[in-house]
Amino acid sequence: MFTYTLRRLAFAVPTVLVISLIVFLMLDMAPGDPTASLPLTIPPEVREQIRAALGLGEPVIVRYFRWLQMMAVTEPLHMIAAATGWDIAPAGPRILSWQTRSPVGDIIIQRIPQTLWVVGLGYLFGILIAVPIGVISAYKQYSWFDQIGTFVSMVGFSVPTFFTGVVFILIFSVWLGWFPSMYDTTLRVTDWDSFMRQVRQIVMPVAVLALFNASQISRFMRASMLDNLNQDYVRTARAKGLREQTVVLVHVLRNSMIPVVTVIAIGIPTVFTGAIITEQIFRVNGLGDALIRAIYVSDWPMVQTITFIFAILIVLFNLIADVLYGILDPRIRYD
Amino acid sequence: MKRRTKLMGAVAALALVPAFAMAEERERGSSGHLNIIYWQAVSTMNVFLSGGTKEMNAASIVLEPLARFDNEGELVPWLAEEIPTIDNEGVSEDLKTITWRLKEGLVWSDGTDVTADDVVFTYEYCTHPEGGCAYRDRFAGIESVEAEDERTIKITFEDATPNPYLPFVGAGSPIIQKAQFENCMGARAPECTNENFAPIGTGPYKVENFRPNDVIEFVMNENYRVENQPYFETITWAGGGDAAGAARAVFQTGEMDYAWNLQLAPEVIAQMEAGGRGELLVDFGPLMERIEINFTDPSPNLPEGERSTRQHEHPILSDIRVREALSRAIDRELLTEIGFGPMGMATCNFIVAPPAMASTNNDDCLVQDIDRANELLDEAGWERGADGIRTKDGQRLELLFQTSTNAVRQDFQALIQQWWREIGIDTRLRNIDAGVFFGSDPGSPDTYLKFYADVQMYASLFEGTDPTPHLEQRRCGREPKPETQWQGQNINRYCNEEYDALWAELNREPEPARREELVIALNDIFVQDYAHLPLVARGRVSAKATTVGGNIMNVWDSEHWNQAEWYRIEE
Repeated sequence: MFTYTLRRLAFAVPTVLVISLIVFLMLDMAPGDPTASLPLTIPPEVREQIRAALGLGEPVIVRYFRWLQMMAVTEPLHMIAAATGWDIAPAGPRILSWQTRSPVGDIIIQRIPQTLWVVGLGYLFGILIAVPIGVISAYKQYSWFDQIGTFVSMVGFSVPTFFTGVVFILIFSVWLGWFPSMYDTTLRVTDWDSFMRQVRQIVMPVAVLALFNASQISRFMRASMLDNLNQDYVRTARAKGLREQTVVLVHVLRNSMIPVVTVIAIGIPTVFTGAIITEQIFRVNGLGDALIRAIYVSDWPMVQTITFIFAILIVLFNLIADVLYGILDPRIRYD
Repeated sequence: MKRRTKLMGAVAALALVPAFAMAEERERGSSGHLNIIYWQAVSTMNVFLSGGTKEMNAASIVLEPLARFDNEGELVPWLAEEIPTIDNEGVSEDLKTITWRLKEGLVWSDGTDVTADDVVFTYEYCTHPEGGCAYRDRFAGIESVEAEDERTIKITFEDATPNPYLPFVGAGSPIIQKAQFENCMGARAPECTNENFAPIGTGPYKVENFRPNDVIEFVMNENYRVENQPYFETITWAGGGDAAGAARAVFQTGEMDYAWNLQLAPEVIAQMEAGGRGELLVDFGPLMERIEINFTDPSPNLPEGERSTRQHEHPILSDIRVREALSRAIDRELLTEIGFGPMGMATCNFIVAPPAMASTNNDDCLVQDIDRANELLDEAGWERGADGIRTKDGQRLELLFQTSTNAVRQDFQALIQQWWREIGIDTRLRNIDAGVFFGSDPGSPDTYLKFYADVQMYASLFEGTDPTPHLEQRRCGREPKPETQWQGQNINRYCNEEYDALWAELNREPEPARREELVIALNDIFVQDYAHLPLVARGRVSAKATTVGGNIMNVWDSEHWNQAEWYRIEE
């Protein structure tokens, strides 16, 4: 198992490198000009100078290797330095965003906490809601609970978050006035009062995301439970005279969780990517928001860096899912 | 101008008594906190590194120029004592130098003195060849900028310059502190993150906390030169979300006090305004949506490098009768109503503002006239075929109509396509992502500069109140072409000797009244040649909460030009 993990890790390195090259080249070849969003009062000659100052004059391959070096060494060291306060940040150039002309790494560090809080909580609550619903729906298949559950999850799954988000704002902010429609990014939690304000402003985006995530995961949970409920070992367990509760919650649930855990693990990178629209609607200053805005104004260094981080996360969590699978299911061992 | 000044003086004298009393009552910081929302968040506080309007507006409450334009488009001295003119000997007789004098006792927010050296440094900073300064063109044609003494700055131009009020005037040309930016010249400019995010200024506010593309927290500048201002103690300048969300926060939930750039569908705005917590602020500047007509042949059958160049005349549109027919068939009032509502005004002019320079000679285009359009095409020899589309010498009357991807523009395209169809023109529509369309990549075939289409639609404007550079763009030889890497702003490849001669006269003319006449004459030549089809003059649209007072919308400068005077209306 350990050697398998090591082997997979070793394989991940070339995968990530290839991804980095593709991400870089694709964005580099993409049409779109960072000076296009400037007002037309700025003459073309000046635009040309701006483009030169952004470093667009050099050949692609030089820019790729410089970016890769900064991405692999300089930026992580700066991030660690910023997080711990150690003095290990190297001097020299960093990846600069074209919009802000400031290091991309600093902006990412600023934005990760909000994404983790809002989108992470949305995912967590989604799971907490989805598992019981999936279990009950499967156990009482075709009951009224199952029917309602199926309906709600279909709605949650098929109605996009940009719609539910706006509906939530209309109902709870505009009509009822319970929650703020805009996330106050300057709020610092220092006492009970500010904590409550934080809770109030986080409720709606989290609810929107939780609904969306829950509807997906509950379907998986239900299907997996149904598969297991009809297995021979369940009949055996019942025949042994085990209590129904033990049969369902210990035997069936544990076995049903195996594929669901993998799905949840693979879904974690979407915590970072999947909330682009939600973040924008509620004005949460997270990573997704940074990404979409960078795309709008053709800020390629920012897009390249964030996309690449997402790629690393996806590779990593796929690996984790595979390893988890082996741990949860003793029949599957890779060596 | 003089009569106007007197008039203003009289009005001011009348208003002075109550205004003075009001101002006396209010104290610095007495209005508390202000919330501003920019749905396109501010990326940096250094205007020279951005060029975007949002950055210019945010920076304008920290960094200030020598003079600004007020809401009427008139120059007002800001850091300067007075506006230099020929009469007060601030501008030399040969129009080659202008001498500014700083107000006495000016200090930066850190308490140090503002000197003429800071002004000279600003010039050096922005004109550094490696800096990529976005407002570099403000300093074009300058021979030197010198500090004559602590408070006097002399700018010498290479040629006689009838409008010397470009450098250091308006929100796009503020003064930065030499001591702070000394080590940030040229290629090092982007490395100075702290300086770029929190520049030291002379304005009513200073940056307390800046998070790029997210939020700015401002606190009042204790060293601000007006003793009892600014009235708001702190400002949170939030960014992000979308235009609808920003409008909602002002009109409906009341979370925000001011929202910028609310380009939303008219019916959405009307519905939100009913929320009653805010009011819409609209004012019209030089921004105008137009259809540009290609005078050259964009045919893909031509070899690359000859398409859309002056080597080949346009086979259809070089006939003025066809161009006029295109214009007559359009119902500009309807377009305005559908696309912009109260935020637009139908127009027939190239130069739509300032009001004194807007021509009234072309207003007949406001009425749609399909019959006249048909007549014109008949005269030009285009005859209707079996499918209703006109042909001439075996050529069908087909046009390719391109624009950027944008809901309003696509509505416009569909309507115009229908009207043109009524007069027997088959229009093919195309829309291109704005990032590509407005890009300046000479390798891309889809930019508005290359203009590989017969007609195209977009909006354009000019900086400040002087349209001279804007009119200059349509001179012969200024068109984008392969030899200039497709740079140039004579988008329709217009070429008219009369126009060029008149422009040269405008460029030498210092007398304001004569300048206005010349601008109108140039506008009329261009528009009556149907070189482009003006559609809608577009307003600047923002919204403020009903509890915010003192704000005066300004299209000629930053909307926040008088931020120091904003206050909270107490109930």
